[in-house]
Amino acid sequence: MTKTGLLKIEALENVVQANKGLTAVIKKEISDHLSGKRFLILVLLVVVACLASLYIAATTIRSAGQGSDFVFLKLFTVAGSTLPFSFTAFVSFLGPLLGLMMGFDAINGERDRGTLSHVLSQPIFRDALINGKFIAGVIVLAMVIFGLGFLTGGLGLLVFGVPPTLEEVLRILVYLALSVVYISFWLALSLLFSILFRQTTTSALAGIALWLFFTLFAVFFVGMIANAIYPVTDSSSAQQVLNNARLELWLGRISPNALYDEATVTLLNPSVRALGFVMLDQLYGAIDAPLSFGQSVLLIWPHLVSLIAATLLCFAAAYYAFMRQEIRA
Amino acid sequence: MAPSTGKYLVETKNLTKHYGSLVAVSNLNLKVKTGTIFGILGPNGAGKTTTILMLLGLTEPTSGSARIAGYDPLREPLKVKALTGYLPDNVGFYQDMTGLENLYYTADLNGLSREIAKERIYTALERVGLMHAAERKVGEYSRGMRQRLGIADLLVKDPPLIIMDEPTLGIDPEGVKELLQLIKELAHEDKRTILLSSHLLHQVQAICDEVGIFVGGKMIASGTIEQLSSQLQAREKLQLELQVAPQDEALYRLCRSMEGVIEVATEGELIRLTCKKDVRPQLSKAIIEAGYSILHLHLRGFTLDDIYSRYFQKQEGNYDQNRTA
Repeated sequence: MTKTGLLKIEALENVVQANKGLTAVIKKEISDHLSGKRFLILVLLVVVACLASLYIAATTIRSAGQGSDFVFLKLFTVAGSTLPFSFTAFVSFLGPLLGLMMGFDAINGERDRGTLSHVLSQPIFRDALINGKFIAGVIVLAMVIFGLGFLTGGLGLLVFGVPPTLEEVLRILVYLALSVVYISFWLALSLLFSILFRQTTTSALAGIALWLFFTLFAVFFVGMIANAIYPVTDSSSAQQVLNNARLELWLGRISPNALYDEATVTLLNPSVRALGFVMLDQLYGAIDAPLSFGQSVLLIWPHLVSLIAATLLCFAAAYYAFMRQEIRA
Repeated sequence: MAPSTGKYLVETKNLTKHYGSLVAVSNLNLKVKTGTIFGILGPNGAGKTTTILMLLGLTEPTSGSARIAGYDPLREPLKVKALTGYLPDNVGFYQDMTGLENLYYTADLNGLSREIAKERIYTALERVGLMHAAERKVGEYSRGMRQRLGIADLLVKDPPLIIMDEPTLGIDPEGVKELLQLIKELAHEDKRTILLSSHLLHQVQAICDEVGIFVGGKMIASGTIEQLSSQLQAREKLQLELQVAPQDEALYRLCRSMEGVIEVATEGELIRLTCKKDVRPQLSKAIIEAGYSILHLHLRGFTLDDIYSRYFQKQEGNYDQNRTA
């Protein structure tokens, strides 16, 4: 703890002042998000989706999954026949929208309303504004995601009466943290678009286009590229087939959605022992038992790091673009 | 490092800004004395806003430098921004926050403590007459109210230098009067330095101690309005308005025969004389001695409008060249 009163050096005073500006921006952005109508709408949508998936999971688990291990985790992953979505699928699908919506007009909206030059003429560093907006967004996201996770878990506890084991709790916590990172990626991306594009509609559309591409079309394109490089026919060698599949997997992992989905499955389904291809000789002697929590985390470590890196990369690009941009409207 | 408490609070040296091939501001040497109201005048696109943004460090100059109280806005932006209050044209406030909340945000950004902020905010709202609307959302404010909230915002920040960009734009005449009165108070009672830009000459004429005339990115003249006026008079011909009864041919002949009179023209009841020097004493004497009675005799001085249009016309040729260069 450093007391501001003790700081005599001018540079440090500057830092303190800049941080004051940063906290002011964070405070204001958080209250903006929480009181905004569109945020309310989207959170309601996500809450309803999660409750629906909880209901489906509850009915499905009762009829089918009795007595199996990790019942509590199934709450989050099991999909029913009437509603083919689980909690995780909903977060994976709607989460990016939440992130995009929170950031798409962050900077160009301020520019439109003429508040950008007003805020930046106050004694704060220019990056305090964009840092503050990002940090506030991540904080709000964390509140929403953890809130939702605990809500679902708590309701599940009421419905089943089966308490989660420590391992299950840990897995869920890591999963929720992973979701926050994943949605933060979309937040950083939309922040970048809000700086690059002057129109809020353009930046919103650009974000949605990218989201649609990654969720719907990426798989299709990846398959096409893989087939073009390693064409597979009935007479192809095993090596060719393997190469094709491997390329498809690795190209697919460019998409943050794919990374997130793989990591989610590994975290919430302890019986997933490996990602990608396992040869028969590798399987030889393997024991068919669920992985421990530590091993699962080890398995998705690269995914987690890549997601964090992608998020930071997006934010760094946004930061750079913003610091160099003309402020005049 | 210490702020220079010199005579000039704002000083620029050969400040230049290019946007691609467009020269927005070229070689500007601006000096604003501490404690005065300085008006930057010029048509749209003359580089007024660009100059202001460079002074605030929000835009990087292509070359040259600016100093606010001795601080460089690029190297010590926080110092400069702490000393300077900025009121942009069409000042932006958050629409879905109340006036009060907007002011608290400004106070927070300036790192004011809650008590000081509260005190300043209520005093400021009182002063600009917005107390009744403090709890209303800014989205419901009229333009004039928003401008007054902008002034309240400046008062909360309480800086020694205030920069205003087109403060009177889009406000009704009554509102302009009140606003100008407020600006005058800010300068003279609170002892602040004010730099304001405008293309509305009459309004600015009333309150500016000094003006600089901007055309095509250049400041082509600066000084007090009297100085500019006499500079012009020294170079330009004078205009006399004369009304005499009875008005006949002999009178015109008399006028034309006066030494120093170049041209005589009639404009309804008025006779307009263009002369090289002030011929009023000789003229009135001659007219009365000839048996006429003078109803009206007036030397047309140079209003800011005249000054502005003269300078503007003079520079227009160069101005176009700059644009295409």
